[in-house]
Amino acid sequence: MRLLTHNMLSCNIKGVTKGFPLSIEVQRLDTKDADFNPDFLRNIFPKLEWKAFHDAAVSIGLNDIPEQVDPTMLEDHEFLQKFHHALLEVHLEEGALICPETGRRFPVTKGVPNMLLHEDEV
Amino acid sequence: MSLRPERQAPPEIFYNESEARKYTTSSRIIEIQAKLTERALELLALPSDGIPRLLLDIGCGSGLSGETLTENGHHWIGMDISESMIDIALEREVDGDLLVSDIGQGLGFRPGSLDGAISISAVQWLCNADKSCNDPRARLKAFFSSLYKCLARGARAILQIYPENTQQLEMISTAAMRVGFSGGLVVDYPHSSRAKKYFLCLSCGPPSTSTPLPKAKGEDGGSESEDDSEDEENETVDVAERQRPAKRLKNGKKVKGRAWLLKKKEQRRNKGVTNVPRDTKYTGRKRKTRF
Repeated sequence: MRLLTHNMLSCNIKGVTKGFPLSIEVQRLDTKDADFNPDFLRNIFPKLEWKAFHDAAVSIGLNDIPEQVDPTMLEDHEFLQKFHHALLEVHLEEGALICPETGRRFPVTKGVPNMLLHEDEV
Repeated sequence: MSLRPERQAPPEIFYNESEARKYTTSSRIIEIQAKLTERALELLALPSDGIPRLLLDIGCGSGLSGETLTENGHHWIGMDISESMIDIALEREVDGDLLVSDIGQGLGFRPGSLDGAISISAVQWLCNADKSCNDPRARLKAFFSSLYKCLARGARAILQIYPENTQQLEMISTAAMRVGFSGGLVVDYPHSSRAKKYFLCLSCGPPSTSTPLPKAKGEDGGSESEDDSEDEENETVDVAERQRPAKRLKNGKKVKGRAWLLKKKEQRRNKGVTNVPRDTKYTGRKRKTRF
């Protein structure tokens, strides 16, 4: 799972109002190359919750993502490279996602989060 | 004719390891999935500016449809309830991110986060009540309302479905309209029972005149030359009306009244039968229960 997906995922348990962002518990990370496309990054930028993205990047050990950003930085090639790497190239392979409100743990195995809910959570 | 997969077992059980592998190694299914995905992308009508979008693949299975999305340069997130299918997708090293998730429990995404959604042959599974706690209507509602929420304004969702009968089709589309989607059904090759494909084209927000419902293929009498050797999930998935015979009505026999009885007795007398009972006020009357 990439941070791109993490930034879109929220907890879906019935009654949970603040199911975003899920915090990340890391056991193993992996890095896979992805095609660099600045247009995609510029397009996805306004859709991201930057604070959640920054926090998630820190929790998987990427400390070079700035905390504050503004759209002008999207012209900076160096920034785009870092952004691209954190958003699309680092995969969480083993670990868990944790709901910020209920503390429910969604395990991640082989890079796939299991978001299935129990009957009483629907 | 074998049963529809939907009738055999819940999806997470039906698509076990062997079924998942069978599904993914069949070149026919691969080809059909790719074609359906191409068509869904066409109906999705993303702006053609070459910018990759973030799409959702609902019921991605082993990632056959996702591969077509990748070929078209898009990023995607796939979700499926069958872990065996997801395992095959991992083996095939698809490019999208995968989630194990039950769409009937709603989609756990942030509001407005996705540029579009497609689904190939998945949503009809929601019409099944496989567990006692499952209510198809509630699950459809949960699915569509969360889908509506997570799509960006003006984004579209194209759901290709195999409804079992017209009631199912109506149930699905009504559920979609009820949560606020606009759009409708596009039926490709409506005159052919085999090549017929249903695409539910939904868009977020009010219906606009600038994006009319796309036109169906093969509407004018069905020249389906490129398509005639195929339909996915086999010949078994023809849209058939109810397969179960209707239950016998409780009072199967028509109740024969006094008039009928008198007529019959008269007929017998005319024939010359001598031992026909007299017609009295008791003829054709119901007996008391204590008898």
